[in-house]
Amino acid sequence: MSTAPTDAPRWRSRETAVAYAFLAPALLGFLTFYAWPTLRGLHLSLTDYDLLTAPEFTGLDNYRRLVEDDVFWNSLWVTLQYVVINIGVQTVLAIGLAVLIHRLTRSTVIRGMILLPYLISNVVVAMVWYWMADYNLGILNETLAWAGIDRIGFFGDPDWAIPTIALTNVWRHLGYTALLIFAGLQTINRDVYEAAAIDGAGEVRIFFRITLPLLRPVLALVMILTVIGSWQIFDTVAVTTQGGPVDTTRVIQYYIYDQAFTRFDFGYASAIAVVLFLILAGVALAQLKLMRAGESDQS
Amino acid sequence: MTAVVQPAGTDPLRSESTTTATSTRPAHRLRTRRPFSPGRVLAWTALVLFIAITIAPFLWMLRTALSNNRVLFTEPSSWLPVDFTWGPLERVLGTATSAEAQAEGGSGASLDFWLYLRNSVIVSTVITVGQVFFSALAAYAFARLRWPGRDKVFFLFLTALMVPPIFTLLPNFVLIKNLNLLNTLPGIIAPFLFMTPFAVFFLRQFFLGINREVEEAALIDGAGYLRVFFRIILPMSSAPMATLGILTFINAWNEYFWPQLVGQEEGVRVLTVALGAFRAATPQTGPDWAGLMAASLVAAVPTMLLFLAFGRKIVNSIQFSGVK
Repeated sequence: MSTAPTDAPRWRSRETAVAYAFLAPALLGFLTFYAWPTLRGLHLSLTDYDLLTAPEFTGLDNYRRLVEDDVFWNSLWVTLQYVVINIGVQTVLAIGLAVLIHRLTRSTVIRGMILLPYLISNVVVAMVWYWMADYNLGILNETLAWAGIDRIGFFGDPDWAIPTIALTNVWRHLGYTALLIFAGLQTINRDVYEAAAIDGAGEVRIFFRITLPLLRPVLALVMILTVIGSWQIFDTVAVTTQGGPVDTTRVIQYYIYDQAFTRFDFGYASAIAVVLFLILAGVALAQLKLMRAGESDQS
Repeated sequence: MTAVVQPAGTDPLRSESTTTATSTRPAHRLRTRRPFSPGRVLAWTALVLFIAITIAPFLWMLRTALSNNRVLFTEPSSWLPVDFTWGPLERVLGTATSAEAQAEGGSGASLDFWLYLRNSVIVSTVITVGQVFFSALAAYAFARLRWPGRDKVFFLFLTALMVPPIFTLLPNFVLIKNLNLLNTLPGIIAPFLFMTPFAVFFLRQFFLGINREVEEAALIDGAGYLRVFFRIILPMSSAPMATLGILTFINAWNEYFWPQLVGQEEGVRVLTVALGAFRAATPQTGPDWAGLMAASLVAAVPTMLLFLAFGRKIVNSIQFSGVK
């Protein structure tokens, strides 16, 4: 790439012109809907803005208000609960599912089936589970009643609402995550397993001593994708509980939505969005560090 | 697996395919070594359980969508439709009169399904075609053309991957409002039309792998870059382009947050938004569960059909994004 032909300048300038022409639409989209809004969002977070009158600069007022806003801290706490349950359950189950598929079958049909929930929208997923978890008629409560266990207000009980929403999303994403991990498993050389089996290692030992350590880079990647995604939970809450009962599912993204579109407090909503952005950036950086630590394990 | 194999030797997908192919033999050996060990029975049981939990809600949705809502409570745990009827689907598709709907426990409110379907098809198709095409143009400029500042601009595009959608969403809403595009289909489409950092990144990876000699031969023969792009690069990348297209379509189809903000008005609602509104309209006491499930079902059908047609491709592309 660095060895330039002798008539480089003319050739190069033509190539540059072509490049800009090819890039133009994407650059337009990038500047309009990514770069500019990012700066605009930072600016709005320092203003008082209700969409109707011009934004009024108020400095750090929104952030000062944030510090004293109990609902905001609660939304952070609730989101964190969601993330921990969602990611914890999903990762463990996905590893298990991926290993099962890897050891048992090469069927694309089975891999396709576990992916089915991922293909339908969050809204449909939320609706189906809202129905199945209904207190009076839902099949989940019918099953509990049949087993002689008290009915549970899955979406309506403050203690159950967040776990229920988290598990609903585990159902939707499990197959997707398992496939990512499965892809990682396929890159592990089968000879390693053969050798371990010949040495007399059992399945459990093989899993913890070989599979899991060799999977670390893939797991790190999967975690980056899923953790960041799960901080942005919104659709399920919007369709099912709308933040209730008593703020127990008012996750941070729903709170931003609330402030912006029911209270028209765009400045404050932007400030919360900045905080979410910072959290996500922090999470991503921390995970990148961890991932780098895992790189030495394979190849 | 052959579906995704590219002619180019350094295609990343190819290495994924060959890994699978070479692993076939030892997998077979593992399989036949201990056919009936208790561990394998246990493992298969676990796998079947996973699949059952995956599939069951779909069956439950179907079963409820074919039930009479009025008598649903009489057999809440039967896996067969309760008092089988096409009523809920007719309510959703707008072919039932409101008297018929109320007779079966509907609210009498109908869903203008065909309008929402049309909106969803327009929005998803335009987004898919635009995003894949424009991203491909940009990816070509990043992968194959030499111009000053290329790496810096590409890095800038990549950093956009880090910005969470919620952060750009509020300013984008303000922008769309100022452009007077609220409650229009172009307003719903615009932010997704030109590129996503992921699409550019994804395609660039493939274009980097395409053999340079073919391209240079064509350029020496006097073909322009546009011709090279359309006649050589695009045909050679049809598989990754299709893969990206399918994933883009599914994501666009399932998007809820943005169209919910920008396309609230009846005429521009997409299916997900209409479904949310239908849910909000159903009475809290005695909801029209059969109608809701019928609506969910018809909203899910298009992506399911897409999956039936391209299932293997979708599965492979997701696995591919994992290895990378």
